[in-house]
Amino acid sequence: MKAGASLKELTAVQTGADLLVHALIEEGVDTLFGYPGGAVLPIYDALYRARESFDHVLPRHEQGAIHAAEGYARVSKRPGVVIGTSGPGATNLITGIADAMMDSIPLVIFTGQVAKGVIGTDAFQESDVMGITTPITKHNYQVQELEELPRIVKEAFHIATTGRPGPVVVDIPKDISASIQKSKVTNDFHLPGYQPTVKPNPLQISKLHDALVQAKKPVVLAGSGVIHAEASEELIEFVQNYQLPVTTTLLGLGSYPGSDDLSLGMAGMHGTYPANMALYECDLLINIGARFDDRLTGNLEHFAPQATVAHIDIDPAEIGKNVRTAIPIVSDAKEALTSLNGKTVQVLDHQSWMAQIESNKRDYPLWHDQPQESIVPQWLLKKVHEYTKGEAVVTTDVGQHQMWAAQYYSFDRPNRWVTSGGLGTMGFGFPAAIGAQLGDPDSTCVAIVGDGGFQMTLQELSVLQERRLPVKIIIVNNQALGMVRQWQEKFYEERYSESIIDTQPDFVKLAESYQLNGYRLDSQKDIEEKLPGILADDQPAVVDCRVLQKENVYPMIAPGKGLHQMIGVKK
Amino acid sequence: MTATVHNRSGVLNRVTGLLAKRQFNIESISVGRTETEGVSKMTFVVEVEDERKLEQLTKQLNKQIDVLKVSDITDKAIVARELAMVKVISNPQIRSEIQGIIEPFRASIIDVSKESITVQVTGKSDKVDALIDLLRPYGVKELARTGLTAFTRGHQPQVTEFKPHSLLK
Repeated sequence: MKAGASLKELTAVQTGADLLVHALIEEGVDTLFGYPGGAVLPIYDALYRARESFDHVLPRHEQGAIHAAEGYARVSKRPGVVIGTSGPGATNLITGIADAMMDSIPLVIFTGQVAKGVIGTDAFQESDVMGITTPITKHNYQVQELEELPRIVKEAFHIATTGRPGPVVVDIPKDISASIQKSKVTNDFHLPGYQPTVKPNPLQISKLHDALVQAKKPVVLAGSGVIHAEASEELIEFVQNYQLPVTTTLLGLGSYPGSDDLSLGMAGMHGTYPANMALYECDLLINIGARFDDRLTGNLEHFAPQATVAHIDIDPAEIGKNVRTAIPIVSDAKEALTSLNGKTVQVLDHQSWMAQIESNKRDYPLWHDQPQESIVPQWLLKKVHEYTKGEAVVTTDVGQHQMWAAQYYSFDRPNRWVTSGGLGTMGFGFPAAIGAQLGDPDSTCVAIVGDGGFQMTLQELSVLQERRLPVKIIIVNNQALGMVRQWQEKFYEERYSESIIDTQPDFVKLAESYQLNGYRLDSQKDIEEKLPGILADDQPAVVDCRVLQKENVYPMIAPGKGLHQMIGVKK
Repeated sequence: MTATVHNRSGVLNRVTGLLAKRQFNIESISVGRTETEGVSKMTFVVEVEDERKLEQLTKQLNKQIDVLKVSDITDKAIVARELAMVKVISNPQIRSEIQGIIEPFRASIIDVSKESITVQVTGKSDKVDALIDLLRPYGVKELARTGLTAFTRGHQPQVTEFKPHSLLK
């Protein structure tokens, strides 16, 4: 809560909107991402009265608001709070809601709705928010009575932030936010249908421990469940105790230090050779908080064929969904790892396995062309890592630049990496960086975006202009939809259908029109001379980096292939 | 499968939407209130390929916040009933013939007009199917079924006397 705000000051007028504002203050919310409109006028009026209590971020499109809230949530470890109006306000939020659902980001989204009396009449700016958002939220509510609003808000925050986190929508008809409270309200709640299992079954933990001490070829797969549970320390202890090789999912990057000797880097479609081979050849796979996404597993028939699979997940529905699991453990990752760490540590008999992994790491590292004149994108990402000392918060869109960032920006800490994993949303990276910077004002925040994705949400440059947020936007500009182009090259005989886009704005002038610093870097020399200064500056910057157009992301597992069938492992 | 759920607007949509999203086809579904205020019971028959699919379905349903309890009763001793109403073309001559057909099914005639009669039958789905098959040659003008509703018997047999039961057969 901001200084100067108190509940008492706000109690003079008690509309539904005031109740909402109280409830937000009670939840400790101080940052809001929202866009006003007809159905939320009463809410914005209440927010005006309580303006000392909140920093309200006004994006220029609702999609910007929700991606910013996602970035904020990822970095600050607090739920992101979004407000949008009815109809188009709500539908503009849909992509972000689905994105947060796929990547388990805790959000509470308040949408205005037309007045109760006209719901169902196709009123102006009416949309069926409940119907539309039911399949893409952890839960949703439409407030029916003013008196239930405080309870619903409390439930919404509880559901969004506990168990497996996710987005919760609260749809508030305009007459409810505008009407005056008449009777007493309470926010006590009881959710008999929602009791997440947080503590692991000790018998299952023993079973896992037994399997571990007998394993000859163990490997740990760490997912974003480790990050949500804030269990990195426990993971490091566990891994170090038994000297286990660790790979992560895309979203799990940073859960274990990428620079550590036991780290194999990311696994999956564009994962490293040592990581994918470890998953393919292991005899014990310990999955902690990853959901065995198809981009990780490749063809399931060839996934960890000899392994006993242990899966720790707070969401029981993820266990056994894609991969047969011998040791299921429904638990919070931190609790499960703490229990595991309580067991007697034994030295494993896995020297030959570790030697094999070492030789894979030595013989098959990530590779890329060496820069000559133009910028090689992989090299660019390495330089960004170097110039920010690996300490930056990095956000991305989806596609080639995302994979290069995942491969070459090695993360040593959790909550530094903000990417759209499950949904794969173009236009995510830049607004997410705005939220991330607000959630962690002291860190350097770098949005690595493609020229395609950036053009989907670049209107949020206004927010940088307004707040002088020192976000650095690095456009990995190949004048193409790089990943689409790569697939067309590999699987559609180089028919580049609609994927080469050589018409684009002058990004430098675009930045300048928002009173931001814009740079265009064309060569390796440009990068080395100018990028360190740009990244160290306390001003926002738009950096147009012209990279090779036809560079591909390697290694790669073609669709339908197994983890051991990587292509492009070596030049 | 049975599910007890909060009796709130939208719950049926949540459950059926979830089944559709996860590619489960609902054979029949019935919903109604229970002995507990605010709690409804849903019974649905879903064809699943294997145990894993079934487990996934149960877990996904359990994840719903408004779903209180989910039970797979496929292999339990259960009582299951469905009601069907069948409007059959008939004239006074064949009315008694139909009467004879439906009698062993303990079905009853609940509406009579010049050209048709309406038969009501209650029972397990296979019994309902059987009666409908017998009535079909007379000309079924209209047919409506409630879908199966079920719960487990008060006494569950021990595993040794266990006999698998399929709702679809």
